[in-house]
Amino acid sequence: MIAALLVMIGIAVFLGAVLGFSAIKFKVQGNPLVDKIDAVLPQTQCGQCGYPGCKPYAEAIAKGEAEINKCPPGGEEGIRKLADLLGKEFIPFGEGAAPKAKSVAFIDENICIGCTLCIQACPVDAIAGAAKQMHTIIASECTGCELCIAPCPVDCISMLPIGEDITNWKWRYPVFPIRATI
Amino acid sequence: MTEYLLILVSTVFVNNIVMVKILGLCPFMGVSKKLEAAVGMGAATTFVLTLGSGASYLIQHYLLGPDLAYLTTLSFIVVIAGIVQFTEMVVQKTSPALYQVLGIYLPLITTNCAVLGIPLLNVQAKHDFMESLLFGFGGALGFTLVMVLFAGIRERLEGADVPGIFKGSAIAMVTAGLMSLAFMGFSGLVK
Repeated sequence: MIAALLVMIGIAVFLGAVLGFSAIKFKVQGNPLVDKIDAVLPQTQCGQCGYPGCKPYAEAIAKGEAEINKCPPGGEEGIRKLADLLGKEFIPFGEGAAPKAKSVAFIDENICIGCTLCIQACPVDAIAGAAKQMHTIIASECTGCELCIAPCPVDCISMLPIGEDITNWKWRYPVFPIRATI
Repeated sequence: MTEYLLILVSTVFVNNIVMVKILGLCPFMGVSKKLEAAVGMGAATTFVLTLGSGASYLIQHYLLGPDLAYLTTLSFIVVIAGIVQFTEMVVQKTSPALYQVLGIYLPLITTNCAVLGIPLLNVQAKHDFMESLLFGFGGALGFTLVMVLFAGIRERLEGADVPGIFKGSAIAMVTAGLMSLAFMGFSGLVK
């Protein structure tokens, strides 16, 4: 009994030592900057920046291939954080990239033909439905990325701005207009 | 020397681990869609299996002996899990592309029953150290051979005009069955 325990503990300790050593020896030098940038990005994976997701965009920023003002879901706040992180100047959103009023997609169910193309396009699985069945957007899951609008063959998806009501109102972030006083 | 050669031929062709012993089917079906992934998986499994059968022989022979034989399976699993972790680190360091391609199947080598099966068969057949190593290496070679063949066939099947109900996994299963039949033809090659 004792021998069995000792043998198993011995094996475990030996393997642990080998693995611990090789974890240091074979450590993968990931780019820490990419991870930091990725942490600032909103992780909606919407692709509005022109990259297939937040991580590829973060990699492009880290390489210096992309500007920091291409992430509408992050808002101006996001650009400010990225500018702070990278020691760059704040640049406003480019033409057409500015964040629109927060909105959710809406499917006109009279027109929908149930082709499932929008379901495949949705990055957050916010569309319920099946082939030849009417589709519906789960409003609470929708990030408003607009990726479902382009594939729809019958143009039955529209973006509805979310009005502010008692269920989704929240305090604004405080804004200190420092520049304005100069 | 001929004995070692016989072990190799026997494990690669006659007693092929996948086609004849029907072990390790998960990666066989899972990672055989692309040829490069199949080669990578074969290489990783070869590394793990050779190291694993050597290490488990040492453990079985010097650490456990006949008194603690009931710990065989348990300790083999622990050792194999350790070696797979080690392999994963090495692959991640040396070939990030392969690491991406293998994905979940790399840690799943741990639960590849071929990797546990061969050390246990070694114990059963009372192989010595060299024979165990060769048995593991040969088994892994056979695994790689079958993976590569099967991946090649599947890549061609992509372009073939397969009847609707046979598309995808079904035709892959049929192909695997036919390959297994073909490997039966090797029986009797080594007496």
